[in-house]
Amino acid sequence: MDFATLIQILDSSVRLATPLLFACLAGLFSERAGVFDIGLEGKMLAAAFLSASVAAVTGSVWLGVLAGIFASLLLSGIHGLAAITFRGNQLISGVAINFLASGLTVLLGQKWFGLGGRTPPLTGEGRFESITLPFADAIAPLPFIGPIYAELISGHSALVYLGFACVPAAAWLLYRTRFGLRLRAVGENPAAVDTAGVSVVGIRYSAVAICGVLCGLAGAYLALGLAAGFGKEMTAGRGFIALAALIFAKWRPWYALGATMLFGFLEAVGNRFPTIELGPIAIPSQFVQALPYIITVVILAGFIGKARPPRAGGEPYVKER
Amino acid sequence: MTGNDTLGRQATAAPAGAPLAIELCGISKAFGPVQANKDISIQVAKGSIHGIIGENGAGKSTLMSILYGFYKADAGEIYISGNLTPIPDSQSAIRAGIGMVFQHFKLVQNFTVLENVILGAEGGALLRGAMASARKSLTDLAREYELDVDPDAVIEDLSVGHQQRVEILKALYRQADILILDEPTGVLTPAEADQLFRILNGLRDQGKTVILITHKLREIMEITDTVSVMRRGQMTATVKTKDTNPEELAELMVGRKVLLHVEKKPATPGEMVLEVENLRVRDEVGVERLKGVSLTIRAGEILGIAGVAGNGQSELLEVLGGIARGTGTVRLNGQEIALTAAADGQSRRARGIAHVPEDRQHLGLIMDFSAWENVAFGYHHAPEYQKSALLMDNDAIRADTVSKMERYDVRPPIPTLAAKSFSGGNQQKIVVAREMDRNPDLLLVGQPTRGVDIGAIEFIHKQIIALRDAGKAVLLVSVELDEIMSLSDRIAVMFDGQIMGERDPAKTDERELGLLMAGVVK
Amino acid sequence: MTAMPKWADAVLVPLISLLIAFVISGLVILAIGEDPVAAMKIMVTGALGSTYGWGYTLYYSTNFIFTGLAVSVAFQAGLFNIGGEGQASLGGLGVAVACLFVPWPHWSLALIGAAGMAALFGAAWAAIPAYLQAKRGSHVVITTIMFNYIASALMIYVLVTILRPMGAMDTASARFDPSLKLPRLGDILGLVGIPFNNRNPANISLLIALVACAGVWLLMWRTRLGYQLRAFGKSEKASVYAGINPVRITMYAMLISGGLSGMMAINTVMGEAQRLLLNSVEGAGFIGIAVALMGRSHPVGVLLAAILFGFLYQGGAELALWTTIPRELIIVIQALVILFTGAMDNMVRKPVESLFLMLQKGKA
Repeated sequence: MDFATLIQILDSSVRLATPLLFACLAGLFSERAGVFDIGLEGKMLAAAFLSASVAAVTGSVWLGVLAGIFASLLLSGIHGLAAITFRGNQLISGVAINFLASGLTVLLGQKWFGLGGRTPPLTGEGRFESITLPFADAIAPLPFIGPIYAELISGHSALVYLGFACVPAAAWLLYRTRFGLRLRAVGENPAAVDTAGVSVVGIRYSAVAICGVLCGLAGAYLALGLAAGFGKEMTAGRGFIALAALIFAKWRPWYALGATMLFGFLEAVGNRFPTIELGPIAIPSQFVQALPYIITVVILAGFIGKARPPRAGGEPYVKER
Repeated sequence: MTGNDTLGRQATAAPAGAPLAIELCGISKAFGPVQANKDISIQVAKGSIHGIIGENGAGKSTLMSILYGFYKADAGEIYISGNLTPIPDSQSAIRAGIGMVFQHFKLVQNFTVLENVILGAEGGALLRGAMASARKSLTDLAREYELDVDPDAVIEDLSVGHQQRVEILKALYRQADILILDEPTGVLTPAEADQLFRILNGLRDQGKTVILITHKLREIMEITDTVSVMRRGQMTATVKTKDTNPEELAELMVGRKVLLHVEKKPATPGEMVLEVENLRVRDEVGVERLKGVSLTIRAGEILGIAGVAGNGQSELLEVLGGIARGTGTVRLNGQEIALTAAADGQSRRARGIAHVPEDRQHLGLIMDFSAWENVAFGYHHAPEYQKSALLMDNDAIRADTVSKMERYDVRPPIPTLAAKSFSGGNQQKIVVAREMDRNPDLLLVGQPTRGVDIGAIEFIHKQIIALRDAGKAVLLVSVELDEIMSLSDRIAVMFDGQIMGERDPAKTDERELGLLMAGVVK
Repeated sequence: MTAMPKWADAVLVPLISLLIAFVISGLVILAIGEDPVAAMKIMVTGALGSTYGWGYTLYYSTNFIFTGLAVSVAFQAGLFNIGGEGQASLGGLGVAVACLFVPWPHWSLALIGAAGMAALFGAAWAAIPAYLQAKRGSHVVITTIMFNYIASALMIYVLVTILRPMGAMDTASARFDPSLKLPRLGDILGLVGIPFNNRNPANISLLIALVACAGVWLLMWRTRLGYQLRAFGKSEKASVYAGINPVRITMYAMLISGGLSGMMAINTVMGEAQRLLLNSVEGAGFIGIAVALMGRSHPVGVLLAAILFGFLYQGGAELALWTTIPRELIIVIQALVILFTGAMDNMVRKPVESLFLMLQKGKA
């Protein structure tokens, strides 16, 4: 593999990692507050659908993004209601949200556009343009540094840069602010927060809302940046890969960046080389497609580092008697 | 006792003219069908230590949780320093100058002391400034009240006593004038408890008001100025501590004379039943919780294990009962028992080891199962409960349950009722019936009377003695020193995963055992 | 503690939840500009108006009984098996292997063999997540989801490169021997003199599903294993005290669950298609979750819920045929049922509980 190919694969990794990164950070806020969320997939899907629909109708990519966030927040609200207010099973609620998104996107898509669940293809203002960073053209001819700057770092859409900016922002919010302290506390021991006179419900809803916004961005990027429109089931399990990345990242923002980049890289490699020939053995394309899931299972099995989830995760908060 | 009567006694209890810190009027609270507090009124003078005593389930903690805004009262009014103060949530309680140290600490285990102290009182959206100022006031408070803790220590690394100090610091940092402590000594050694009392006295001298919830008469007599007695959700009396005595308080607590001594004949130890040598257990994290325990029990003998909770007693019961794994040698009737298998309760039962676990709600019973299903619990392989190789004989289990319920006086005697629908004492009787009725060679029994009403305590104690008199070996673990002293034929004291020494109950006293419990060996 | 009678807990609460789910579904239909009442009529006529419709309804119900029981058994043991989809597709592979490579003398023997293979393959696919949960503590929910995706890649590979006959265009196995065709429900009912349409895929697998219901009931409430499964599901800690081995119980529960999911394939692969098609499960594995939640993880409840979903599935197909409402409406209804009978159970339960409490106090 030559240097140019490597840059191309890395470039593609960054693009593919971006939705995972948003979704992973989304899950991080929710789960750090003690609300498990296996509905990331559904929220991304709903966001992708509504953002593509609105962008297609209005021709504005940013209105599309807002619509995506709105769709995702709506589902977050349902999850909050089930998991926080009604103290239901968070996993079951997540499953329901995934199906709700999967069914409603097709139902509404068919009703609005009559394209069998797809949205009309997006062009021009309806899609994210890539941003050329300053001096990219000037630096491009330089050996080594040139391609890295001009092709790998420059030339992504705004959401990619926003995604990367979210990492330090999330770390700052989590570890340097009052809100972050309370959020982490609520995921570890909600009773401590409650007896300190702070509303557990309030903090958890805020966390779930942040999760909704980030999932919205993930879905919007999928439909408006990575692809040009919405297709049935277009998230294709990315929500679950993000969840796996979250576990791999031990629920920490900077680790999340690393984990999602790795999974993005895997997907990029899989796209670039459908079949990998290792000497006499040809690895079938289906194996490469399944690889992220297999790696996830291996990670979950704890063969690569054991992670401790937030102590109060998955448990609805009930004042003990 | 009527409300008027209660108020009548209160008038004499609160010193005339002394300003009141707290006044509760007609507080009532129900949890579903259970009336936890019923029309409770109480007055506490500023700058005093007020005790609230009562049995488990008398409603003490509920009352104080209402005062702290953790629960909302169904009826009643709260006055703080003479002003009507509604307390709908903990935030309001904190604002009214009330701090509470719960029985189960409300600390975030992986946070530092400092983070725990400022949680909810950060003083700004960013942590940096709050941390610095909190650090300073923490040092000041620590100096003022003898509450030394390292502000940067992580909670899970601290001893229980130190964690409790963090809880007190949390309240003081919020400038609490009224401090409520719920059963604060349950997890402390006698020496640590004495130190806590010194701190509380110091707080009172600074003009703070302290409310101490406990079920231990000794503590009430030792430290409080006034005391209120609760029974079955009602306040039965409020008196000056110096005008009363333990006997009177005990009678007020339970409504009749209490039999403090258990009748029993001298033991006649027989053959060796249990021999434990150099038993070691590590927990999931790899911390050694049992550090080479050796002990023996003969037939017809009760060995009592005294100690502060969390010093390895639970692990001892668990490894002997086949719940946890360990290393070392354990022999039952001369036969060695393998300690390496996980969830080995079946083979232990088959060898004649029965186990009344410390935590009946989470270990001993399945609360959602009916009584008869719980009677088969752990004995679901017993031949008399099987219909064929595959099928269980549910009718036989139900019939056996009816018979056990009658003999062990379980009320109500309905085998199909779910375990959670029975009172604590009757739940424990179901466990006791299941475990003791098979005449085990060795009975492991932990906290047999925790959360059990007085009547059931007597019954359960008699059953344990009867088993001993039938020539069986009993290993009794309890954090209630009284229980250990009155039931045991020999007492071993555990501290930090080791046995500190063995004493003859007739030739020792609480002071000596207390020193051993604190790890002090003479 | 609770004042609510058992029937309210087992019947009333799920029924109210179901009603809410249906009302919202009706609103969804209204929102996409269709008439919910007319839609309901089409569904009822299409699914229940003729023995032809009933045949399809029962055909789908058969699938859902298997997957619903599968989820229920795991639920009872405190495990949430979302991997029914993958396990059922592997079960299909098991059926195909049994039917393609063994020269069965009679369909009845083939049915037994194929059912066994289906259960074996389904159980095997559940075994890895089960083992990882039991031994390594990796959450079975996430691993079974991953195994669904891995199964789908595996099935593509197997169908494309191994089972597809030379020169065939579609990704499917060869047809099974015609002698292995299973008796249709119409044939069976005809024997006892009940006229029943024969041009629908309902087949003898329905009877096996009913036997499975009875079997699961017997297992859960009459055997030691069932007792241990239920105890483990209620409290893992207490079960260890009672000497119930968590690793073994987790494995048993998931193997039985996977086996039941896999057995669904005798209905679809052997009973209907007569060959292994790509994506033969068609979401039935997921519907099992809704069925189990609605049926309160009890075989009788599962049976009723499975028939309801069979009706919805067939009715949904009719809707797609006669109106502009796509089949995905069923997924929405399924989501709402899971949401209201599963996750938001307390929303209905608490008010009903306090109602009963009030009634009781009124009496006292």
